[in-house]
Amino acid sequence: MKQDKLQFEIPAGVQKWSTICMAIGLVAAVGGWIVDHTDHHQYWWANLLINGFFYFAVALGALFFYALQYATEAAWSAQLKRIFEAMYGYIPVGVGVIIVVLLAGQFHIHHLYHWMDPDVHDVNSPAYDEIIANKKPYLSAWFFWLRMIAYAGVFIYFARKFREWSLQEDAVGGTELHYLQYRKGAVFLVFFAVFSSTMAWDVLMSIDTHWYSTMYGWYIFAGMWVTTMIFATLALIWLKGLGYFGSVNDSHIHDMGKWVFAISMLWSYLWFCQYMLIWYSDIPEEVTYFQTRYEHYMGLMWGIFFTNFALPFYVLIARDAKRNKKFLMRVGAILFVSHFFDLYLAVIPGTNHAHETFTGWFELGLFIGFLGLFVRMFVTALSKANLIPVNHPFLNESEHHSI
Amino acid sequence: MANKVFHVMYDDDQKLMTAAQALVSKGIRVKDVFSPFPVHGLDPVIGVKRTRLAIASFMYATTGTLLAIIGTWYFMIHDWPMNIGGKPSFSWVENAPAFVPVIFEFSVFCGAHGMVITYLLRNGLLPGMPASNPDPRTTDDKFVMEIVTDQNSSMSASELEALIKTTEVYELSIKEY
Repeated sequence: MKQDKLQFEIPAGVQKWSTICMAIGLVAAVGGWIVDHTDHHQYWWANLLINGFFYFAVALGALFFYALQYATEAAWSAQLKRIFEAMYGYIPVGVGVIIVVLLAGQFHIHHLYHWMDPDVHDVNSPAYDEIIANKKPYLSAWFFWLRMIAYAGVFIYFARKFREWSLQEDAVGGTELHYLQYRKGAVFLVFFAVFSSTMAWDVLMSIDTHWYSTMYGWYIFAGMWVTTMIFATLALIWLKGLGYFGSVNDSHIHDMGKWVFAISMLWSYLWFCQYMLIWYSDIPEEVTYFQTRYEHYMGLMWGIFFTNFALPFYVLIARDAKRNKKFLMRVGAILFVSHFFDLYLAVIPGTNHAHETFTGWFELGLFIGFLGLFVRMFVTALSKANLIPVNHPFLNESEHHSI
Repeated sequence: MANKVFHVMYDDDQKLMTAAQALVSKGIRVKDVFSPFPVHGLDPVIGVKRTRLAIASFMYATTGTLLAIIGTWYFMIHDWPMNIGGKPSFSWVENAPAFVPVIFEFSVFCGAHGMVITYLLRNGLLPGMPASNPDPRTTDDKFVMEIVTDQNSSMSASELEALIKTTEVYELSIKEY
């Protein structure tokens, strides 16, 4: 067996560049606030929500994938589990950003969430909105915040516990902690199955309060999962390029490429299912969502769909493409940004029309800033533990992975 | 010189794999292997080129996509324009979402059937064809490696036989043609 480097040392370049990225993000945030002339700085808050949710989703997807590997007893990925651990370490920060945006909405600092305005539920008020008022049982403040606390609690609890058990396994070995995580992974998946959907309704779908779609939760979930797999793949290729993960072979890279490919197809499938059913039935209550997008974002909407569907389909379908690290990296980077714009399109049209407010530097600056923060937290978490889970029972099998 | 055919039988895929690696490293050419199931990683060892079946399948599926596009356009728009769900727009592009499921299904249909038919033709596996495996046990739990002297002219038949016997052989049959 080859002796792998166990201790990850953060390269100085990453320290520097992540700091620069965070500085860019901070400048963009301050500058964006100043130039944003929308009511209540609505556009600024919307962008904070997009970035907050996007990177939170990358981290949450990692927790989901980690639990999935345990619940399905997958062995090939055993070597890579520290990458996912380092990714889900970001969850508390991601939750924090979302909570800040939601709290600001609750205290009427912005009006991203129309239903948070008590007047729309009041029959005697001129602002009374019957459709929203009918959704009162679900979208009432106490129930909404109860759900938020449940999501935050469950996600942060499992993220902390899984990390703890994983590090403990490195120290003591044996199979007890493995089977513990196997059971807890299954428990987490049950929570995740419900929460990933309802969280997407609460945080994103309720922006377009008059509209609803039963596909929405899965569609957001698929987008979350594909960004997770892209980030993990890029991180793995980068770390391998630095000389770590010596036992990771082409078959692992191939499998990661397969995940990017497969989940891109899952996303496309769900996107299209949601679109086609709404388009076909043509019911006023349902088409509003796509109507706004058709009016102002026709090019962006179809551009995102074809980038996220046709690009991975045609370029990643071949076996050699999924084994080519450079190629995988480039396609992954394009898809990552494209999925960010997918989330942008999910949030912005319901809050304000970006064709009046889009600056380019602000949106991109904030994206880069959060990327810097995410990468910094990722490498820091990576450096705090063995890069390879030395006592993982499946480690040997993972090293002999061959397809 | 008569062509001698060695049918080397193994009772385990790992033994077969090790034997193939050992023999190939000594410069022996393995003609073919008969196995009840695909043995992972064996193809590159015995020098079998990667299959082009996937490329063929992709082309069949693309043909299916094109046929389905032409079909939906001809049936639903051109020949007898259909008004379904209040969408009589006489335009294929504007009705395209409704045609996506059928295009998808037809692509899969053509890709899958084309692939299966190509596979059967290429391997001579049509109904009624004589079986080409040397021993019926290779469809059960045994593995047979076929080595012919014609392809290994660098050594004599007895040398070859001696080398083969260094591996974990279960049964060896030698035929002359």
